[in-house]
Amino acid sequence: MDSDMERRYIHCDADKCTGCRICELVCSASKEGRFHQELSRIRVAQPTPTIVTSIACRFCENAPCIAGCPKDALSMSGETNTLKLDKARCTGCGWCIEACDFGAIMLDRSTKSVVMCDLCLSLPEPRCVEICPKKALSLSTSEAVAQKARDRVATTSKKCIV
Amino acid sequence: MYSYSGKCLVVDLTTQSTRLEELPESLLSSYVGGVGLGTRLLLEKSTPGAEPLSPDNPVVFVSSGLAGTMVPTASKHAVVTKSPLTGLVGDSLSSSHWSLALKRAGYDALIITGMASSWVSLFIDDDIVHFRKADHLLGKGSSQTEEAIRRETGDNRVRVASIGPGGERLVRYACISNDSNRQAGRTGTGAVMGSKRLKAIAIRGTKPISVWDLDGLQKVCADLYAKAQTSATEKYRMLGTPANVLVLNRLSALPTRNFQQASFEGAEGISGEHLAECYLAKVTACASCPIACEHLYRVQDGPYAGLEMMLDYETLFALGPLCGISSVPAILKAAELCDFYGIDTISTGGCIAWAMECFEKGLLTTNDTRGLRLSFGNHDALVEMVERIGKRDGVGDLLAEGTRRASAQLKGGSEHWAIHSKGLELPGYDPRSMKTQALGFAVGLRGGCHNRSPSYEVDMSPGVDRLKAEPGRGLLNKEKEDFAAVLDSLILCKFIRRCFEDFFLEASRLYTLATGINMSPADLRQVGERVNNLKKAFNIREGWTHADDWLPPRMFKDPIPSGEAKGAVLSEAELRMMIDDYYKARGWTAEGLIPPGKLKELKMDDVIELLNG
Ligand code: SF4
Ligand code: SF4
Ligand code: SF4
Repeated sequence: MDSDMERRYIHCDADKCTGCRICELVCSASKEGRFHQELSRIRVAQPTPTIVTSIACRFCENAPCIAGCPKDALSMSGETNTLKLDKARCTGCGWCIEACDFGAIMLDRSTKSVVMCDLCLSLPEPRCVEICPKKALSLSTSEAVAQKARDRVATTSKKCIV
Repeated sequence: MYSYSGKCLVVDLTTQSTRLEELPESLLSSYVGGVGLGTRLLLEKSTPGAEPLSPDNPVVFVSSGLAGTMVPTASKHAVVTKSPLTGLVGDSLSSSHWSLALKRAGYDALIITGMASSWVSLFIDDDIVHFRKADHLLGKGSSQTEEAIRRETGDNRVRVASIGPGGERLVRYACISNDSNRQAGRTGTGAVMGSKRLKAIAIRGTKPISVWDLDGLQKVCADLYAKAQTSATEKYRMLGTPANVLVLNRLSALPTRNFQQASFEGAEGISGEHLAECYLAKVTACASCPIACEHLYRVQDGPYAGLEMMLDYETLFALGPLCGISSVPAILKAAELCDFYGIDTISTGGCIAWAMECFEKGLLTTNDTRGLRLSFGNHDALVEMVERIGKRDGVGDLLAEGTRRASAQLKGGSEHWAIHSKGLELPGYDPRSMKTQALGFAVGLRGGCHNRSPSYEVDMSPGVDRLKAEPGRGLLNKEKEDFAAVLDSLILCKFIRRCFEDFFLEASRLYTLATGINMSPADLRQVGERVNNLKKAFNIREGWTHADDWLPPRMFKDPIPSGEAKGAVLSEAELRMMIDDYYKARGWTAEGLIPPGKLKELKMDDVIELLNG
């Protein structure tokens, strides 16, 4: 897909993330007008006490959720490179939820349709990025994340020391 | 009303029935939540003089008006019941996701009464309460219980508070654990749950929480989040509470070998600094906490390789120096076993240290311990003793009663080194070298406790001679206790306190922004005094007397033998003087009783009515 803007998503640095879930609280406050973590567009996973990270939609290049939707309700906006939902088409069946490997789609039982991260494009900065107390979140491109990894391996790898 | 639901769920285990009760706004604003509201509900629902381990003793779980919102560190709950260890008010706090689940299921409080005829667990699925058989969960630790219940309910959003095998066997200092590594630790709430044959309370709470002024609240909270990354919380973020080890060691305030010494030659090797360098695996936070003080450590090699555990100062001191132990892996292992059996680490360490001294003085022999050499510093014996307490096996059965009962049974002078106040084992601050804290331990309403009477802060503040007892300490201790009671009722974590510039102003504002209930700084300040008078009133009703406010003989007879405070000891006269000073500061009688006008002055007419009716 051609796009005007490079694909960006909310990246979490798992070393910094503490599992406080403040990102969930502020996301739901901003999107739902109340504290409702079940409908936060960013969600924290902590399968063991020491493994923790938060996850939001990655706006996959070849998005399985779009392919999985039987009602063609989902699409990727070329302009912003974010996922768009056609509410009128969505039946809340949850196929997209099953198709997503990241658990990035939530079912809103009150509206019987789904919700996902929209990068808070109407705000100067995504709300979760702004508020994360540990600065674990950033609005990143794949390239920026990859560059961080390269820098990290370069600083730690002995091969680089001549 | 915002944030609060105004609902209290009452579950009667005897009849397996439930009902909803209203919590009027006047009650909520007077007692706020947590320890305050919990004690108030306990006073109302319990029969005077009830045996702690009988069906007549309810156990109350309370959230707060701030829990579940983005107010930093507010995701906590209090557990309040009559303590099987002290026979007085037993209030304990825990935090994180179970606290949120209770709130999101739509309850400000949950009261458990009666006793089930066979083991049960509760599954509170928002509005619906299921009673489930729990025999298959017996013998499991909290993490395993949680895992099993999540598997059965098929939903990993389900949060579980449960007791371990220690609570099942009524170890008097058993705790209630939630979210695998959080505990309502002190005063034996888990034994009360065990006496009711209630293994676990699972909750799926899915409701949203609305606040009165969302934008206003978000602004204030964002400022607090930022402050929480500054020097105001540095200690907790960098090393966590284990940072205390070296500080207290230097001050001769680190209780060692059952308070025979106040500094430990192995302190360096178990210090927060050393742990951070050699064992730190990850730093995590409770729900809605911007500080993150939970330091998780990993053992790399040796018999406990792979073990991952969280440690805070109190656990570290109690299973370390107090028992003469300097092996970090053994301390981590003993802590893990305490969590598995669901027993309070401070009391467990206190009981084992008492037994070690009994062993070294010949009151307990290898006949009593089945060959175990129960001497200070023997870390295999420490680990083994935690198991035996959790199973009430052999001498562990005696220790499971707590040091007050165990020493009364064993005699031989062992009361001299049974280190408790009102039956609750003392935490890790030596009262001989911290005299305001000595007062706090002696008069503590739940027994010897640095959280409810945090007057070590007085002793450590500039300009205060901590080795001296002087008039005025009574008022300072009262102020610390009242401030702690406000935090414990709101409920906020003590570690966020320095992020406020004017606490009562800012916290009362947060309360109003969240709940829509008017609360002035002066109102909030009064809540602290009200809550402590309420706890005192409960204690008096349950038979507290003047003589209960005291400390064990060692504090008066055995001076600190070495270190910076070498020779420091407490005299009976100076403790007596500080206690009189404290009663006066509280406006109580010379016998420590509440005069009739005091409750009226604190607008506690509801309590007067309850006490007379
Ligand atoms: S707010 Fe930041 S640190 Fe907290 S859970 Fe979210 S990403 Fe992690
Ligand atoms: S919802 Fe999941 S599958 Fe769809 S684009 Fe986002 S991350 Fe990819
Ligand atoms: S960018 Fe906005 S919508 Fe997306 S997770 Fe963060 S706060 Fe929520």
